[in-house]
Amino acid sequence: MIATALAAGSRLVCGASVRWHCDPADSKQRIYYGNHSSHLDFVMIWSALPPRLRRSARPVAGRDYWERGALKRYLAGSVFRAVLIERGQSDKASARAAIEYMAREMGNQYSLIVFPEGTRSLDGQVGPFKSGLYHLSQLRPDVQLVPVYLENLNRILPKGESLPVPMMSRVIFGPVLSSNGAEDKNDFLLRARDALTQLKDTR
Amino acid sequence: MTVFQDRALVALVGGVLALLVVASIAGWILSLRVTSGPGRATVDNINARIRAWWMMALIFAVAVATGRVISILLFSFISFLALREFVTLAPTRPGDHRALFWSFFIVTPLQYYLVWIEWYGLFSILIPVWMSIFLAVRTTLAGDTEHFLERTAINQWGLLICVYFLSHVPALLMLRIPGYENQNAKLMFFLVLVVQLSDVLQFVWGKTIGRRRVAPTISPNKTWEGLIGGVGCTTLIGAALWWATPFSPDEAGIMALVVTTMGFFGGLIMSAIKRDRGVKDYGAFIEGHGGMLDRIDSLCFAAPVFFHLTRFFYAL
Repeated sequence: MIATALAAGSRLVCGASVRWHCDPADSKQRIYYGNHSSHLDFVMIWSALPPRLRRSARPVAGRDYWERGALKRYLAGSVFRAVLIERGQSDKASARAAIEYMAREMGNQYSLIVFPEGTRSLDGQVGPFKSGLYHLSQLRPDVQLVPVYLENLNRILPKGESLPVPMMSRVIFGPVLSSNGAEDKNDFLLRARDALTQLKDTR
Repeated sequence: MTVFQDRALVALVGGVLALLVVASIAGWILSLRVTSGPGRATVDNINARIRAWWMMALIFAVAVATGRVISILLFSFISFLALREFVTLAPTRPGDHRALFWSFFIVTPLQYYLVWIEWYGLFSILIPVWMSIFLAVRTTLAGDTEHFLERTAINQWGLLICVYFLSHVPALLMLRIPGYENQNAKLMFFLVLVVQLSDVLQFVWGKTIGRRRVAPTISPNKTWEGLIGGVGCTTLIGAALWWATPFSPDEAGIMALVVTTMGFFGGLIMSAIKRDRGVKDYGAFIEGHGGMLDRIDSLCFAAPVFFHLTRFFYAL
């Protein structure tokens, strides 16, 4: 019930119109990856999903932020069932461990919501992707990758603000990213990012 | 007094519902006759509009009938949605964030709270005096001078149109008109009915015989034929509804004429803003109509004029 109220509340503040370019009813496991400009991003993707898919979609978020305070812990743990990962560790081994942890947490039923830029953009532009998405897709080649373009959320709740200003926004789910086996890491990341930024101009 | 004791109000609501039944039947016949070509898109749009009108009329009728609180809540919610659409189009910067938060969550509820407690003095100056100063101060404190003049002016005007102007609709409930005590809900109904009917009739006249454009650089859909036909018919209908108002028949006609003329200019002003910002509609909230602001643009500009004319000539 809290989840439903939260989804309705965020849709009221963000006046989101939602577009689908892939099948919203398909219950295959997916990795939804979006552009990151606001704390509202994953809530918006999550509340734009049909309720049935919402229950199986888990956002990936920073442990340091979501374990501060009882309310955040409760929301992350019981409402969003977030996959919490350590941030700020740059060595390869812990990055590897985080990716493996995400893949494990997906199991054979959950989808993930991730933001491959790794941090929020200040001006709404989509930054370069970090390599996590590539490694995750290598570990789980069976799941679909779906780009999700989020528009205007950086104006609704910009970095550094804690209270939102209501505005109309758009959530655009793109077509499933096709798999291309012979691709190296950089080509894959560029292609995934292009698939996301192209959605900006779709209606 | 409850709704059902006020037979004039029952007649108004009944009349609107009867009108919608006729419109729905007409729309159904149209959809049977026009089955292809560009005419079909127009017919589908008309039927979408009629369906939305049912919803809007029912919500408004229930709000008016259930009394003051629900009417005030309804209009504050409409203001919220309208302001949300307006601000989306405004070229805001991070420096506006705090002032905008105030506009939505402090100023809007406060303005409608003043309607509720009937504090006319503060109601009439809260936004044009207090908030135009306070919000400018708040934006200045953010320290961002890039396009400062445009940003503060635009945000100010958004608050004025979406909240201040619109709050004059439920504010009609606070007028004390001798011989018309406890009947002001009908005045609110009269205003909204006349304004919206005028929009519909201008659309119908324009679609059927419209040729010469009134303002070709602003709106391709507004024609002299639509304007004269729509305003003329609505003035006559307004005069014919005098029994629901504190006005005599010719006064009711003059009020309807003033209100529809203001509504026409309101629609034109809001179209000019859309042109400037490069969009066709403010949103897609109401099927067939566009956004909330597309539906209430004429009401926003008609309400304060209707309120003050009524207050000056009829209220204590």
